Amino acid sequence: MPPDAATAIAAREIVIQVLRYRPGTDREPVRQAYRVPFTDDMSVLQGLQYIKDHLDGTLSFRWSCRMAICGSCGMMIGGTPRLACMTVIREYYPGPFTVEPLAHFPIERDLVVTVGGFIKKIEGIYPYLIPKTQRRLDEGEYLQTPLQLARYETFSDCINCMLCYAACPQFGENPDFIGPGVMALLQRYNGDSRDGAQEKRMELVHTDNGAWSCTAVGYCSEVCPKQVDPANAVNQNKTRSALDYFLRFLGRPGGSGSAASGEVNP
Amino acid sequence: MSSARPYLRPVESLWWAHPPYLAYTLREATGVAVAGYALVLLAGLISLAAGKGAYEAWLGFLKTPWSLALHVLFLIGMIAHVWTWFQIMPKTMPRLALGERILPQRQITAGGLAVAAASFVIIFLIAKGTQP
Repeated sequence: MPPDAATAIAAREIVIQVLRYRPGTDREPVRQAYRVPFTDDMSVLQGLQYIKDHLDGTLSFRWSCRMAICGSCGMMIGGTPRLACMTVIREYYPGPFTVEPLAHFPIERDLVVTVGGFIKKIEGIYPYLIPKTQRRLDEGEYLQTPLQLARYETFSDCINCMLCYAACPQFGENPDFIGPGVMALLQRYNGDSRDGAQEKRMELVHTDNGAWSCTAVGYCSEVCPKQVDPANAVNQNKTRSALDYFLRFLGRPGGSGSAASGEVNP
Repeated sequence: MSSARPYLRPVESLWWAHPPYLAYTLREATGVAVAGYALVLLAGLISLAAGKGAYEAWLGFLKTPWSLALHVLFLIGMIAHVWTWFQIMPKTMPRLALGERILPQRQITAGGLAVAAASFVIIFLIAKGTQP
């Protein structure tokens, strides 16, 4: 495309109001407006890149893949948790519209939030397969039917973008709540027919900061860009946690077997 | 030394009154209507056990304008509750398998709403059939 054709297409402009926070100079976050030219195919992430390249080099934001795989560019766009790379500017025309850091997380700088707590939670749930029975190499693979895969498959699609945390009012009230995203990852392993470590993970689920902090708002699943359905993961664990509680009276401490996950390994 | 000075924004205390959370708020608030219905029925049962006089007093209360207005409110609340509750229901349960595939959540919601509608019609017909 010749350069003047590109400028001809970029006829429209929109004002993006970005919430800025510079820890050295700002006492608290402040709005700053930028006038950004855009084309129909431009994402909000590209709009931010335009600002950084042409208007204000000090603006900070996270991004990497620009195709909804890396989960870095989650932010509040027009008040809704969304991936900046998956959201087109033209949706907000004629504007203006706001871009703010993900709700419920501390702001490090501009659109960059603190992710340390989230990472710590992931580390705490044994986020790997712990086989029920160890197989020797000559015994072959751990087999699984398509249905057994379907029971947890969407939970393995999480890209750790944390949009669900920005959508969750209970996480806003209690930052120690394990939260939708990490619970989806937990269920990805607990719901896997090959896994045998449910009892370990359930210890975390049973606590006040586990599944019981959730009040089934369901907005986490709505904002999820990967249809992981974290609300389902959290609430499956409520059912499991309640079942465990009652199974104790039947002399099955912990109670977490394959009862709720259905089939056992063939 | 780190110059990090993370800023934690205050939580909006009226979050439940804003659009993305309104369906949730409606679902939880209309639970009061469900409890209200249950209490009225329970009062009926207790007065039935207490004898003919008490039962007829309860029937008399049901016919007052106050009671009718209350029941219209309960009914509206109940319908809103049923609607919003079956929307979230598939998310609150383990994934249901039908043969070799997982049942889509929309079908579980539709099934729940269909059962609710059918029970409403059946109870209505029974109530109408027992009218003198």
